Amino acid sequence: MTWIIRNLWLIPALPLLAAGLGALLQRPQRRLAATLSIGSMAVAFLIACGGFAMTLGEHTERQVHNFPWFQFGETLLQLGWVLDPLTASMLVMITFVGGLIFIYSVGYMARDENFTRFFCFLSLFAAAMLGLVISNNLLMLFMCWELVGLASYLLIGFWHHKPSAAAAAKKAFITTRVGDIGFLLGIVWLYHETGTLLFYSDGAGCLEQGALAKLVAQTTVGGMFVSTAISLLLFCGAVGKSGQFPLHVWLPDAMEGPTPVSALIHAATMVTAGVFLVARMYPLFNAQFTTGLTQDSVLPPISTALQVVTWTGAITAVFAALIAVAQTDIKRILAYSTVSQLGYMFVGLGVGGPAVGMFHLLTHAFFKALLFLGAGSVIHGCHEEQDIRRMGGLCKRMPVTFTTYAVGMLALSGFPLVFSGFWSKDEILHSAMNWPVSKGPFILALTGAVLTAFYMTRQMWFVFFRPRTELSLGRGDGVHDFVPHESPPIMTLPLVSLAACAVLLSIFATPVWPWFDAYLAGHLSELHLGWSGDAATGIVMVLSIMAVVIGLGSGWALYSRVGDGEAIDPIEQRFPGIFAALRERLRVDEFYEITILRLSRIVTALSDGVDRFGWSACVDLVGFLTVGLAWMSRYFDQIFINSGFDVSCENLRGLGRLAGRLQNGQAQRYLRILAFGVVLLIVALAWMGDSSR
Amino acid sequence: MNGWPLLTILTLTPLLGALVTWGIGRDNARAGRASAIAFSLLALLQAVLVVFQFNTTVTGLQFVERHQWIPTLHVDYFLAVDGLSILMVLLSALLIPFALALSPAAPDQPRGFHALFLLVQTGLFGTFTALNFFHWFLFWEMGLVPAYFLIKLWGGENRRAAATQFLVYTLAGSVALLLAMVAVNFATDSFDFIQLADLARSGELGRSLETKLHWTGLSSGALSGLLFAGVFFGFAVKVPVMPFHTWLPDTYATAPASVTMVLTGAMSKMGVYGLLRILIPIFPQQMRDSLGLLMLLAVLTIVASAFSAFAQKDLKRLLAYSSMNHLGYCFLGLCAALEPSPNAALWSGERTAALSGVLLQLFNHGITAATLFGLVALIEKRSNGRRSLADFGGLRQVAPVLAGLMGIAIFASVGLPGLNGFIGEFLIFKGAFPLAPISTAIATLGLLMTAVFYLTLIQRVFGGPLNPAWAKFPDLSRGEIALFVPSMTLIFIFGLAPGVILTLVNPAVVEFVKRLAP
Repeated sequence: MTWIIRNLWLIPALPLLAAGLGALLQRPQRRLAATLSIGSMAVAFLIACGGFAMTLGEHTERQVHNFPWFQFGETLLQLGWVLDPLTASMLVMITFVGGLIFIYSVGYMARDENFTRFFCFLSLFAAAMLGLVISNNLLMLFMCWELVGLASYLLIGFWHHKPSAAAAAKKAFITTRVGDIGFLLGIVWLYHETGTLLFYSDGAGCLEQGALAKLVAQTTVGGMFVSTAISLLLFCGAVGKSGQFPLHVWLPDAMEGPTPVSALIHAATMVTAGVFLVARMYPLFNAQFTTGLTQDSVLPPISTALQVVTWTGAITAVFAALIAVAQTDIKRILAYSTVSQLGYMFVGLGVGGPAVGMFHLLTHAFFKALLFLGAGSVIHGCHEEQDIRRMGGLCKRMPVTFTTYAVGMLALSGFPLVFSGFWSKDEILHSAMNWPVSKGPFILALTGAVLTAFYMTRQMWFVFFRPRTELSLGRGDGVHDFVPHESPPIMTLPLVSLAACAVLLSIFATPVWPWFDAYLAGHLSELHLGWSGDAATGIVMVLSIMAVVIGLGSGWALYSRVGDGEAIDPIEQRFPGIFAALRERLRVDEFYEITILRLSRIVTALSDGVDRFGWSACVDLVGFLTVGLAWMSRYFDQIFINSGFDVSCENLRGLGRLAGRLQNGQAQRYLRILAFGVVLLIVALAWMGDSSR
Repeated sequence: MNGWPLLTILTLTPLLGALVTWGIGRDNARAGRASAIAFSLLALLQAVLVVFQFNTTVTGLQFVERHQWIPTLHVDYFLAVDGLSILMVLLSALLIPFALALSPAAPDQPRGFHALFLLVQTGLFGTFTALNFFHWFLFWEMGLVPAYFLIKLWGGENRRAAATQFLVYTLAGSVALLLAMVAVNFATDSFDFIQLADLARSGELGRSLETKLHWTGLSSGALSGLLFAGVFFGFAVKVPVMPFHTWLPDTYATAPASVTMVLTGAMSKMGVYGLLRILIPIFPQQMRDSLGLLMLLAVLTIVASAFSAFAQKDLKRLLAYSSMNHLGYCFLGLCAALEPSPNAALWSGERTAALSGVLLQLFNHGITAATLFGLVALIEKRSNGRRSLADFGGLRQVAPVLAGLMGIAIFASVGLPGLNGFIGEFLIFKGAFPLAPISTAIATLGLLMTAVFYLTLIQRVFGGPLNPAWAKFPDLSRGEIALFVPSMTLIFIFGLAPGVILTLVNPAVVEFVKRLAP
């Protein structure tokens, strides 16, 4: 089975190849483009399953394959890939969910003229994400990470003729790049400290004991461990990519892309990359200087980096859930819900380790893809309508979409026992309750659970249950009215598959059989029929169930009275100020607009102004001085040197004129002068002769 | 090798080409252009030959040609290439045919245009191969003067003012450089770069400055400082390092597009190359002494030019500032490589990384920037010379191929992994961050702003609704696409396999770092 290790690169390479070939196809070659993309994903899925099977054995070793990329100076830079439970589970999830989204896209994008280009970008997106997941080198991970960013940029801006789409694409790329700058610095710092960026390399990797021991033995500014500082820089990247507060602003705007893209971004690729990064780098985040601790300290120390991760996640979870309550765009509600759920994943990583965070990532991937594709089906059925206030009564008209959507909604809300979201969220809550540092994240997470159930109920009511008096939907102007219809099977089949997974996945992480925990830790757990949890598990389960019930109940109670045609939200009636603030997304964008963006505009104007006027003025000054010097030298020449010359010339000329005047052609005057001269000569000679004697 | 003066022939090929072009271009403009392109391709062939024969396992100079020339002045005719220059030679050889092929087929007085173009190339080859200041300086100026005429005679609006500014500014730098080097020659009786570097390393340079120039009444430290400043100014103008850059935006914007391709692609590299070949080896201590200030200038160049680029409305000026920003990273890498560190052995890896990054960045920026200016030239051609960001909108709908190629070149410039710009920048940051953490951290603002202004460019020119004025904007023709195939290929190849270039420079960089150690 080492064949799979050696050829793990095929998993990202196949979609990449499909993307490359797809880029060369012409517009009419639609069937070929879709076949290439879906086919490559299917083969990748099969190989991924093979890899997954390999990690299932008892005590399977982590396997890596490293190879040299290039040499600079005397340093060899090696890349490589790794197969371990973390990678294998992600690979299977991405290829499976991604493949279903691809299939769905065939139906959704059927009428788009750039169909082939769309599949080319989709394949690139999947390839980049798969490459990111198999990387055994932080630089390679970063490279794929950036390619994920590129693909998302291309896909969010797919309808580039829409100004809002072009702007959203740019915003996504730049906001995530803010985090990436920190990520890059973290990488070069880690590289400097450990001398390698390979994660695992027979004990010499940067996530292995030797390197970690070195990292925690040093401190940097403020007494922070170097490992902590690097972790926090890397976490900047995760915050950007996974849309955590305060860099979450791009994610809701990313709705401008076609709905399958949203599903990809929110479920299989892109946003999960940040969570995956922290899970991958968990040994570094968790590294803690342990020697010298007093023996009587009972609690295990929690590293600063993980505390930051936990709090960021917890705050985001509630913050985004609150905003979701007041949104009216079906996709935007889901977008904020993703931000919130990603917060849960970070809480899970922070308080419970990779298994807890990653399990929620996987379950969430299935039900969020399901919800987005369901939303796409709704939008498709309602002729591109996205405002939930203009929908209603769809549960009869779109039965398959409704049923599957309801499954997704219950899974997201964490409805007890048969839905996967319940179990993954329960684990996070459980770990959060046992967190030694603070109970804050637990309380925040519980609040978030209530809110999640609440806003999903609100959405369900508006979209599916709210009775409609007339048959047609729309704006009632006769032009935009239509009868909603169920989507074609190519779109509903993926929905059904995902719904099945959203339910089935729950069996892998119940307290009865905590299989996933054990799997990620590298050993398999036996099935023990019977209660394996403690008393706290029970308490948390009860609390969690209560949270869901409160959320669902209050949502239903509030909204089931909202009938057709009522525009004002019940919460708005009671708390108009708060509701408006929430609807305007707590004005984070506006805050950035008046602070960071304004500042950057000022700096831009300043640097341009200094360039145009400041530096140029200096240069001009030097120029003027030079020219001035030249003029001075010229005038000096003119006044002193030239004028002296001129004066002598003038005298000479005057002399000439004088001499000229003598020669006036009158013989008498000549003779007179001659006579005068002769007389003068005689007198002179006489005088001189006399004197000489 | 084997006595065959390959480098001399390489340098003279474009010169000969210029004469031939001038001769046959009088009656037949097309023949003149064809001959210019043919000679530049011949030069490319020779340069490729040099690269293939270049031994990547040896550190020292290769293809050495050395003949006594003017013994009274201690001037030798001394040509060679090593890891520092080989990429520059290759780049100069690559860009000229690319730029010539993109130049308008019929400028007025075409034979002059094409002949001058080839003269620029001779200047480039000479600068990158000469190792004796005497003829090195001749070639250095030889690159400058034809460029002046190209701008002045074939440039756009305000071409006279821009050309004069370019000439006077660069000339001022050259004069400072010349005076300083003449003083060095007076003290040491040497114009030989290699010899001068050895003298500087042994401390002989400082001593002879003191004995020969004591009449100036300046101490040896002050003298070397002054000479350092002169040489630095000469190169800083060329790079350009802020605040010696004001000639650049006007020049790049005014020059004909094909000339700008060469200016930014190859001639801007002369400055950084000069720093590597002359300034750092001969004045390492002086550079270390003023490193605080130089670092500040490097960060200023990177950050301020990125922000200035964001303020530009004109495509060419935007690219000009972006070019400056990219060369700022090179300057940052050079400065960082000279930063003191506690443990020399442990940190030489970081210095090596930074310098490898600098060389990689020089080469790749040359390709990317030339491609970008070339594409802008095609836009300009289709829009009757309009190139303001506000003039366009939605071009991707009518010219998807143009938009796609532009997108690739832009993302290469932004430093997207997989394309050629990434590894150079990564290595510079990898080396510079540990050596100079604060400066480097501030410099990352430049990375962010680069993405901001480039994506704004895409958004405003190619995105959004189609500006109805350009409804008939033609996409690239097959011939035009073919012109960009080589540069696009190189963008991908050097992005995916940077080792191809790095093997050429590795030994030289290691040796350079070894010699840097005080």
